[in-house]
Amino acid sequence: MSVQITNRSKPVDRRPMNWVERLYLVNIFKGMAITLKHFFKKKVTIKYPEETRPFSKVFRGLHILNRDEEGREKCTACGLCAVACPAEAITMEAAERQEGEEHLYREEKYAAKYEINMLRCIFCGYCEEACPKDAIYLSQTFTPANYQRKGFIYKKDDLLIPNPVTDPEGYKKALGTISREKEGV
Amino acid sequence: MYLLAIDWIFIIEKLVLIAAIVTLSMVVAMYATYGERKVAAFIQDRIGPNRAGPFGLLQPLADGGKLFFKEEIIPLASSKFLFILGPLLAMVTALLTSAVIPWGSSMNIGSRVVPLQVADVNIGILYVFGVVSLGVYGIMLGGWASNNKFSLLAAIRGASQMVSYELAMGLSLIAVLMLTGSLQMSVIVGEQYNAVWNIVYQPIGFIIFFICALAETNRTPFDLPEAENELNFGYHQEYSSMKLGFYLFAEYINMFISGVIMATLYFGGYDIPFVNEANLAQHIGENWVALLTFLTLMAKALFFVFVFMWIRWTIPRFRFDQLMHLGWKRLIPLALLNMVITALVILWLKK
Ligand code: SF4
Ligand code: SF4
Repeated sequence: MSVQITNRSKPVDRRPMNWVERLYLVNIFKGMAITLKHFFKKKVTIKYPEETRPFSKVFRGLHILNRDEEGREKCTACGLCAVACPAEAITMEAAERQEGEEHLYREEKYAAKYEINMLRCIFCGYCEEACPKDAIYLSQTFTPANYQRKGFIYKKDDLLIPNPVTDPEGYKKALGTISREKEGV
Repeated sequence: MYLLAIDWIFIIEKLVLIAAIVTLSMVVAMYATYGERKVAAFIQDRIGPNRAGPFGLLQPLADGGKLFFKEEIIPLASSKFLFILGPLLAMVTALLTSAVIPWGSSMNIGSRVVPLQVADVNIGILYVFGVVSLGVYGIMLGGWASNNKFSLLAAIRGASQMVSYELAMGLSLIAVLMLTGSLQMSVIVGEQYNAVWNIVYQPIGFIIFFICALAETNRTPFDLPEAENELNFGYHQEYSSMKLGFYLFAEYINMFISGVIMATLYFGGYDIPFVNEANLAQHIGENWVALLTFLTLMAKALFFVFVFMWIRWTIPRFRFDQLMHLGWKRLIPLALLNMVITALVILWLKK
């Protein structure tokens, strides 16, 4: 009993080899013609550090914590991302915004500590989907290599996007890929 | 310059020639490893080593350096002397064959005629065969001295394969010898020099010779003695560092030398195709012609090296019984038939 999956399947030829085939030479020459054809084909190699492979538009890489235009952190430490995370990679500690900190945090409650363990994360992007405050995004960069496990636990400082007020260029650079994603280009 | 009745210039000349040829074989073997990787890559739609130097040209140096600095392990239970002798023998026998090959037409240096051949012995081709069969010892000693069952089995595989294919190789060669009537390498080339190449008379003989050369140099599809990936790495399993390097190196030298021998026996040696060398010599001088003929020989040999690699990356390995079947039941009868027919034709033409 066999299931036909494609119409390209061929039955196996189990006839004993005839005299010409047993000389092997003809088939070897055929094989060599095939490999010679490949010799001149276009190569698929991407010379990595010089060339990079273009990412797909929906590539999910390292996370960033977003700020608004005034440079205030958007995250309100609601914990929805941590709940949504299937890999349980996110932990956070909430704190209340004090008088005079309005220029730092947009909401009255903010994340005093925010950590993502990149060794646990599976880059599913559920945290991004869960966030009600547009505060977390997956960018288009790889997680860089590290010598130690603790180097893969990203703190808030590692995740926060550059401040658009003090470092507009860095902010734009980090945001570049996200805005494109949002516009669906 | 005669001192103590010895022609010292002659000795110096030969020493220089030997040094040049050994260096040449080494360099070719070194870059053959690079070539192998490039050919493999190109056939598999990749581009191969390209990091060390421009186009990865320094890769062989890096590989060699790596092998030298690796830890050298001599197994405790091995017989040390033979263990070290193995790779040495493989290397030496690989290089020895180059002595009788005519590398080009003669040069004129001062008033001396310098033939580009180390030793023009009258049994040249027999010498080649003798040395090549010594190569079995390299494999056998290496495998046996390692005191490892798998190495020994692989060494036996290798030895039996080399012995059986040497037979067919010799038989296919006899046909060439009957054509030229001499065992001397320079005469064999001289016969083809201004006439037709031997390949025209001996196509079947050449194919048999080529197949046997693949088997003798342990190249795919006959690389069972090595079988890096599944038969436990073969006779050099216990070897490390440069001793392993020597074994691998010897294989590439063998490949180059067998390419040269094939070019010499069947493709006119250093003969430049469609060119009358004597006429050319009058125009540009003998030394330039010698250089050109040498380059021609190199081109032919390197082409064969390329074909060896091409075959390696095309076809899978033979099973051991298939290998023996092919050797004993097909190639030897075919070679015998080829020999008899050649003999009959020669006799018939002579009448
Ligand atoms: S991408 Fe997925 S796994 Fe990674 S932190 Fe977000 S929700 Fe968790
Ligand atoms: S990142 Fe978004 S979902 Fe996660 S705690 Fe902050 S506001 Fe809530």
